[in-house]
Amino acid sequence: MEQPTEQLSFDFKSVQPHIVSETRDEIKLELGAFAGPLDLLLFLIKQEQANIFDIPIAKITDEYLKYIRLMKTLDISLAADFLVMAATLIEIKSKMLLPREIFDEAEEEIEDPRQELIDRLLEHQKFKNAAEMLYERSTVEQAVFTRGQIESDENNLETNASVFDLLTVFQKILERHKEEIKLEIEREEMSLAEMLKHLKAKIFKAKEISLHELFQEMQTRPELVLAFIAVLELVRTENIKLLQRKTFGDVILTKV
Amino acid sequence: MDAEIEEKQSRSIGEIISIVEALIFVAGEPLTVKTLAEVLTEDKETVEAAVEELVQEYEQRESGLQIRAIAGGWQIGTRAEFHEEIRRFLKTRPSAKLSLAALETLAVIAYKQPVTVPEILEIRGVQSASAIKTLLDKRLIVAKGRKETVGRPMQYGTSKDFMIQFGLKDLSELPSIEDFEDLIQ
Repeated sequence: MEQPTEQLSFDFKSVQPHIVSETRDEIKLELGAFAGPLDLLLFLIKQEQANIFDIPIAKITDEYLKYIRLMKTLDISLAADFLVMAATLIEIKSKMLLPREIFDEAEEEIEDPRQELIDRLLEHQKFKNAAEMLYERSTVEQAVFTRGQIESDENNLETNASVFDLLTVFQKILERHKEEIKLEIEREEMSLAEMLKHLKAKIFKAKEISLHELFQEMQTRPELVLAFIAVLELVRTENIKLLQRKTFGDVILTKV
Repeated sequence: MDAEIEEKQSRSIGEIISIVEALIFVAGEPLTVKTLAEVLTEDKETVEAAVEELVQEYEQRESGLQIRAIAGGWQIGTRAEFHEEIRRFLKTRPSAKLSLAALETLAVIAYKQPVTVPEILEIRGVQSASAIKTLLDKRLIVAKGRKETVGRPMQYGTSKDFMIQFGLKDLSELPSIEDFEDLIQ
């Protein structure tokens, strides 16, 4: 089956920034998928065929700033990370220009101002290699097919509803409330204690409450927030727990 | 001792192996020896021996299936060699599940866990918020409590799903991060 699998292959080696076209009034720069300032630095060092342990900082800083100027038009959050690195490079460069003072002999050796950057580059390189290893592993894993889940959600009450699931339910309801246009009628505000009492009474009567229905009953946003906090509080302090009988199903509040 | 076990259990080792096979087949997730032992009401050593035997059996007759140790449990799956035929049948294509940024973030988390967002930023040199969200959504990483330091940042670690998707028996199976140093000239 000779289908293209272009999606599958990342060429780790070619993930490097390079200038795509450079005409008089337009410069296009391809950043590569990693596109972090450390990647750019590694690339520049390689391009200069410099030793990572002895970076020609003045030259690399100039090169780096040249790239930064080209990237000015790019999105801000990315550029911000690059600017921080530019500042770091300039700082190192200026430190290297200063004559190194010699303290008394007991003083430990003065550290190379580049050392911290070198350490970061090496560390970054290691994790790039580790990412490549993970990618290869997942590719191999994709060649092994396992059985799907046999339908047993019904008898698996402990399907884990995490805090994130709760938040998702809550957010959905909040959004729905936002959309509704309502007449403003002043209601008496409920306190958390009242809400707890209300919920407790409710659960004693009904044994089980669907969170979805519970949140739907709430009239105002503050009430909704109170109900949410009350649910969390009940689960924490009382013999009450949250269940989800089906994946993506309703989260249910129930007495233990 | 033998007589005691004899009294309690009347299953032969062959039977135990067969039941273990059936249970591993039915389970959606890797099945631990502990669970197997509980279901069978056999001791862990017996179950362990049965699993080993089962793995051997599959290997000896060059089965199209294999029983593998994954995420602290045992799982049945097809042999990787046959992926082309299986894909032809299922009409699926392999796909890159994660972006490079997400993979790199995952690598940092896997090796440095529990790790905070600022610590990840330090190593990657880029903001990783969207990559972390992707990894959380795919349940490859989980929040591991807050670090008791300024701002009490959330710490992250890898999940069981991570081990399943990357075919790891446990985290110690990851090559040491120092090994990757050799690749740097």
